[in-house]
Amino acid sequence: MLAVDHVSKTYRIGTFGGTSLPAVRDVSFEVAPGEVLSLIGESGSGKSTIGKMILRLSPITSGTISFDGADVGGLHGRALKSYYRRVQGVFQDPFSSYNPIFKADRVFGLLRDSYFGGVPDGEWRARVEEALASVSLEPDQVLGKYPHQLSGGQLQRMLIARALLLEIDFLVADEMISMLDASTRIDVLNLLGDLKARGLGILFITHDLSLGNYISERTIILRRGRIVEMGATGRVFGSPQHPYTQMLLASVPRLHSRWERGAAAEALADDEAETPLVQVADDHYVAAA
Amino acid sequence: MGLVVDDLAVYYRTLAGDVRALDGVSFAVGDGEIMGLAGESGCGKSTLGKALIRLDGRMRYIRGSVELDGRPVPVWDDLAMNALRFGEISIVPQYAMSALNPTRKIGMMVDELLHSRGIDPKPLHAELFRRLELVGLDPHVLGMYPIELSGGMKQRAVMVISTLLDPSLLIADEITSALDVSNQKAVAEALVEFRDRGFVKSTIMVTHDLSVLYQVADTILVMYAGRLAEKGPAETIIHAPRHPYTKLLIGALPEVGIRYGEHKLVSIPGRPPSLLEPAEGCRFRERCPFASGRCVKQPPFCDVGDGHALACWREAA
Repeated sequence: MLAVDHVSKTYRIGTFGGTSLPAVRDVSFEVAPGEVLSLIGESGSGKSTIGKMILRLSPITSGTISFDGADVGGLHGRALKSYYRRVQGVFQDPFSSYNPIFKADRVFGLLRDSYFGGVPDGEWRARVEEALASVSLEPDQVLGKYPHQLSGGQLQRMLIARALLLEIDFLVADEMISMLDASTRIDVLNLLGDLKARGLGILFITHDLSLGNYISERTIILRRGRIVEMGATGRVFGSPQHPYTQMLLASVPRLHSRWERGAAAEALADDEAETPLVQVADDHYVAAA
Repeated sequence: MGLVVDDLAVYYRTLAGDVRALDGVSFAVGDGEIMGLAGESGCGKSTLGKALIRLDGRMRYIRGSVELDGRPVPVWDDLAMNALRFGEISIVPQYAMSALNPTRKIGMMVDELLHSRGIDPKPLHAELFRRLELVGLDPHVLGMYPIELSGGMKQRAVMVISTLLDPSLLIADEITSALDVSNQKAVAEALVEFRDRGFVKSTIMVTHDLSVLYQVADTILVMYAGRLAEKGPAETIIHAPRHPYTKLLIGALPEVGIRYGEHKLVSIPGRPPSLLEPAEGCRFRERCPFASGRCVKQPPFCDVGDGHALACWREAA
């Protein structure tokens, strides 16, 4: 459904844009309908940049991103609008996704203005209520409220409901639950699991390995804009091959085992060289060290 | 001797009334103990951490007492507390990024800080270098501006500065939360190292992340809606919790190895109560699957043996 093909992104930095910073380097992957792909990396690994490029919020330096065969980079006007009908993003901070001086349900109104002008009032209301129900929100608890009157979890679920109203096929979830409390984040995660069963493709961007592991079929580990390991989640987490993945996994705090003190803290060599991905097992690829 | 807190209550003043963010908590932290203070946002954990060193303008001391090494700590008296701050009680604030003055080189900032406390910085320099190296920082960072360091480096630098005078009590407020996993581990291990080397006596590590606490804390205190829910050795709290809230909270944590589809985790239904004039009784009862008629009365925080204590009527009998 979504294909990212040899995509790179270079940011111009410095006062006059004189220096360049490669944020994403030659990344390729595909996401199928009903599949959750986790994009895991530390800060500065380029994971959010990839999400932004898919959502056309940031131009691509080289390579192509295509959705059902159509090049996303070349979409304009009406074609872009219908692309957003099928592909949407939900971001980390729900409070900054809403305009604080308007009621939160304005996000639904805006949607209706741009996409569903012909839908009668009664039917629209029924659709909104159905979308809210599918993210387990009570319509009278959230409609007509201002963002500050709602919790982060409620706001985040309203954004998902908004995406559902569009009947999207693909969701870019960029650190979507990182700001939520432990007791509510699992609700949103389970909701994503239910949506996936309905055929929604999800790119789940996170720095939290345990969240990525819980929800996704396939996993990509990014480091400095490059893919270091990619494959079925069970394989990547079960038998990590790249030293960087091994170090990350050893650093994850767990509830059933304690850290080995001092181990894995040594710095890994900075490999600036091109390292092609090599297949080590069925659906398991590693950047050759 | 450590820290002893008895029935401490601190409310926030708002136009709508008092928010009872910390409503009568009693606990002790021993010498050399790292106590993890856990809970969800709004449970009062940061308020407790802050109350022990400085009440900000909106916080109002209501009642209770605090003792450190057998001496009373006048948390309600901002001026009297000044004598204890940095030397006896120190804090590593939540965002190290904003704790460092961006217009000063780090070394200069440390010297100014020590001068402001009437201490000559020179004799402490050797120790400062040694401790920076201990947390994996080159002493050259003292000649750098904060903007030149990464988040993890800044966090470690702030830890070294905060503990330079060997405080009896260190409050570490969400020090790992903004960091990547590898930095998280380095910072958490530095905290243990500081305790092992005697740079700090008692430590309170405030965080929402129970899995990090399990790695470093000796004991864990779980708070809910301004009150204590459960306290005990880290092993007990994680593997044999007895308070319904702790049980549900730990059950809702995804872990590497647990997959949706194979094992579906469940969340805790409902939301924490408003702390603006909350109802009498157990504050978790609205969400608790075991709630009964007794829960309209506040359960006492009682000891069930082996340093394990909790506030629940089911366990009180």
